[in-house]
Amino acid sequence: MNNEMPVIYMDNNATTMVAPEVMAAMEPYFGGLYGNPSSMHSFGGQVGKAVANARQQVAELLGCDEDEVIFTSCGTESDSTAILSALRANPERRHIVTSRIEHPAVKNLCENISIFTGHPYRVTMLKVDEEGLIDMDEYAESLRDDTAIVSIMWANNETGVILPVEEMAVMARERGIPFHTDAVQAVGKIPFSLRDSEIDFLSLSGHKLHAPKGIGVLYVKRGTPFAPFLTGGHQEDGRRAGTENVASIVGIGRACQLAADKMDEENGRVKALRDKLENGLLSSIPRSLLNGNKELRLPNTANISFEFVEGESILLHMDRYNICASSGSACTSGSLEPSHVLRAMGVPFTAAHGSIRFSLSVYNTEEEIDTVLEKLPPIIASLREMSPFWPKK
Amino acid sequence: MWEYTETVTEHFQNPRNVGEIDNADGVGEVGSLACGDALRLTLKIEDGKIVDAKFKTFGCASAIASSSALTEMIIGMDVSKAETITNEDIASALGGLPKEKMHCSVMGREALEAALADFRGLSLPKADGEVVCECFGVTDVEIRRVVSESNLHSVEEITNFTKAGGGCGKCEEKLAELLHKTQSDGLRVIPLKQPSKRMTTLQKIKKIEEVLDREIRPGLRLDGGDIELIDVEGDTVMVSMRGACTSCFKSQTTIKEFVERKLREQVLETLVVEEA
Repeated sequence: MNNEMPVIYMDNNATTMVAPEVMAAMEPYFGGLYGNPSSMHSFGGQVGKAVANARQQVAELLGCDEDEVIFTSCGTESDSTAILSALRANPERRHIVTSRIEHPAVKNLCENISIFTGHPYRVTMLKVDEEGLIDMDEYAESLRDDTAIVSIMWANNETGVILPVEEMAVMARERGIPFHTDAVQAVGKIPFSLRDSEIDFLSLSGHKLHAPKGIGVLYVKRGTPFAPFLTGGHQEDGRRAGTENVASIVGIGRACQLAADKMDEENGRVKALRDKLENGLLSSIPRSLLNGNKELRLPNTANISFEFVEGESILLHMDRYNICASSGSACTSGSLEPSHVLRAMGVPFTAAHGSIRFSLSVYNTEEEIDTVLEKLPPIIASLREMSPFWPKK
Repeated sequence: MWEYTETVTEHFQNPRNVGEIDNADGVGEVGSLACGDALRLTLKIEDGKIVDAKFKTFGCASAIASSSALTEMIIGMDVSKAETITNEDIASALGGLPKEKMHCSVMGREALEAALADFRGLSLPKADGEVVCECFGVTDVEIRRVVSESNLHSVEEITNFTKAGGGCGKCEEKLAELLHKTQSDGLRVIPLKQPSKRMTTLQKIKKIEEVLDREIRPGLRLDGGDIELIDVEGDTVMVSMRGACTSCFKSQTTIKEFVERKLREQVLETLVVEEA
């Protein structure tokens, strides 16, 4: 971190800045408006109205009804609630379908599901091809009479690749199987309407769309059998106990409204910035390659591998210019192996260790893109000079 | 983000002695692209003294810093002295490394050893070992050496220092065995009164079984009873009483007072014994 330079934040798939409008909307609920939304007096009641308003704002972005929106503490809680609820609703079914590229919130839960349910499950983890896409025939074959839930992410956090979850949900519905999607990366970046879909559960997270950390949403389609994860008070219609995180709920509501307003900018200006960054890096840096399908992709994400160099070293050199991004290298994850997503896609080790993910937001500027295009190529070149694998001319 | 010392950051940002010596007297290559880090060390040696050293490293900041610090340490050093450099020496030259990054210092020491062996025309001892961790190609010889050199107490530490066990994890049991063997060989005396607080479940089970056999079962068997270890989860030890003990109303007291006390004394202070 260099305190004399501005921060160039291109790590929005990790977390985002709280939008100033969101901050402003939340502030009264840290101050005078501290009532409990469940109270009978109007002092609390006005807070209850703010929660109801936020619920409506979320429902509008998702294209669903207010009573299908449950506020949770984070995307992970939403994922766990949805999956465990479906398993409890269908206790005789002992099979789960998911993919190899899920976020740990889903992947680790499914891999260790017997610890939580007390009995064993068969888990099908669908493969992906080198572009990060699932084979739909293989998916169709994986659906069985005893499948209790399908959980497939809408868009991958590392590559931004978008999966056809609406189509997959229809296929699950035809076989009477509930469908969950972790849409943490997709919400606010690509438009959709849940009213027209067969998706039963959808998870979203506030801090990925300019609301604060510590607030999430679980969408549950009306009529879907549901078993709460947290039991206690009657909040959220008895579907998620615990006094409402009012300020954050107001924040995520406002953030959803902003996301709807900025959807065109995200898919227009932000996408153009992303493309400029991506094309600039790929053309100026030899032996660099794009990870993931180029077309079926979030407008803000570019995952690029620089062969024969290691990601952490790249990130730390970029850090000297306050450029923030992520890497799928082993060293940055704290584990000793590179990203499970890139490995599932069969990205060779020469490239996986040197992968960098840039994820933009509406707050990025063209000037910032130009700075990265200027600073990064020499960093890669100097690390390659030092690499024993870089072929000498 | 890793907590690197200023020295690590400084070496990473301004690495010394990057490159390759032409017609080097000793060349050491360790690591691979698959492993995520690799180091090629070249040495110029004159009259038993290292007169120049250069490196090329693929890896994270601590790998680059370890390589850079190593070359600084050994230039001007007698070969006989360089042979005694340990990974701990490299780590302390950097003011320490995060525990998960200790393998970077080990890589430095291995490259130095390989380069000196190459200079002497010898083959490396590790080549004789048996590969224990298939994911990262780590042999038992390397593991035993690091366990004794750095006085390691757990499988997790072995992974931090050598990467062994950091991939699929299938070799964890073998690592626990190696750890136990190396420790009991007496290469380092590990005081019995201070058991590691970071034992793996496997280590716990092994030690618990030993204590049950040695100190608890003989007494119970005199009364026609027995005890069986059912499971160990974290610090909770699940046991089941057998034979005459099952119907004995005193068995709860036996478990709590006798078994738990013995296990706490001899295995781990934090253990809690429960009947399954």
